[in-house]
Amino acid sequence: MLTNILAISLGAILTNNFIFSQFLGICPFLGCSSKVDTATGMGLAVVFVMGLASAICWVIDTYILIPLGLAFLETLAFILVIASLVQFVEMFLKKSVPSLYSALGIYLPLITTNCAVLGVVLLNVQNHYNFIESVVYGITGGLGFMLAIVLFASVRERIEFAEYPECFEGFSICLISAGLVALAFMGFSGMKIF
Amino acid sequence: MTTILYSILVLGVLGAVFGAVLAFAARIFHVEVDPRQAAVREVLAGANCGGCGYPGCDGYAKAVAAGEAPCNKCVAGGAETAAKVAEIMGVSNDGAEKMVAFVPCSGSTETAELRFRYTGPEDCRAAMLFGDKSSKLCSFACIGLGNCAKACKFDAMHIVDGVAKVDRYNCVGCGACVDACPKSIVKLIPESQKIMPACRNMDKGAQVMKICKVGCIGCMKCQRECPADAITVVNNLAQVDVSKCIQCGHCADICPRHIITYFGR
Repeated sequence: MLTNILAISLGAILTNNFIFSQFLGICPFLGCSSKVDTATGMGLAVVFVMGLASAICWVIDTYILIPLGLAFLETLAFILVIASLVQFVEMFLKKSVPSLYSALGIYLPLITTNCAVLGVVLLNVQNHYNFIESVVYGITGGLGFMLAIVLFASVRERIEFAEYPECFEGFSICLISAGLVALAFMGFSGMKIF
Repeated sequence: MTTILYSILVLGVLGAVFGAVLAFAARIFHVEVDPRQAAVREVLAGANCGGCGYPGCDGYAKAVAAGEAPCNKCVAGGAETAAKVAEIMGVSNDGAEKMVAFVPCSGSTETAELRFRYTGPEDCRAAMLFGDKSSKLCSFACIGLGNCAKACKFDAMHIVDGVAKVDRYNCVGCGACVDACPKSIVKLIPESQKIMPACRNMDKGAQVMKICKVGCIGCMKCQRECPADAITVVNNLAQVDVSKCIQCGHCADICPRHIITYFGR
């Protein structure tokens, strides 16, 4: 059991990182990675949403949808859960951390359409994870997202001071460096755990 | 049948439950916002043109409610909106004069002589790469590829016969075209100013005669005949002093090149 959970966690954070090997959730990854602080906030919000979404979606799927033979409604129900959760996080941040709320801006409600979140809950179903495994996969998937976005934000902060040809100014250098970081993450892909 | 029923029931109940939770959360996490901010936002033009210098109408409404911005910055809304904003904020309205865009060039494809036929990208900046000029012989002329028209969000700027024309009825004076013009030709003038020379060529008269049928040749006729001494010829180009002009329109009548525009006739 424990080894299984460890394997899932390492897989979600490193080998099958949502951003760098599954290429999910690229939109907030590029949009919110210009500062490490903002990136950390975004990462934490995604960890929260992914973890909670995994738990709630698993319960809904196992105890409501599958017994009633409504497995085809999974995607729809999951989106409903995610959208509500994101709305909840937005309200919470607006009240408690207004600075982070304004820094995240439009990308906060966009977690709703963050395909990594929907990806996590759908993969949970696909991989037949039980409740604990689902939650672990959700949280570690979020942690993997956070690791990626924070790493990349630090890279981008350094790019600000780097010298590079003028034609790469702005998003092109950003995409190129994202590709290079993804390449570095390819190193984990050969790793066999247990 | 049961499947459909169950689908509707399950999704309906789920939606209702989440809605209830959110409604409850909204009450707990309620944030007090200055009600004036919403009220100000309501009366603004809502075009998000950025003419006020703030990021969109929401940004300006926030600044006004916080007392950081004057009430008359919404150029798209004009004096009417300024009055409404001032009423909400409970301050006196100092009034904003409505500005409109003006293109001081009349050199259409008919009247201005061409140097070559331009077939490159339909973009003034691209055409500017040909040595800071356009396909027209006059190096002061409007390029006429419509960067200003593309920038205009109010359908007030159009390219007519190769030169930009302002639709003063639609223009709100946001200044987007001023920023978009790579030759800095377009400028904002007060709407009350009815007289404007529509030429910016500073070449000598003889040179202008050769390259454009509607260019100012600096003949000084307007300067001599102006009853208010409001028009002067500087650098071979007629210029109007807005503070002195009495809007009589005499100069527009007597200009031998017909380049002094008189609006509102």
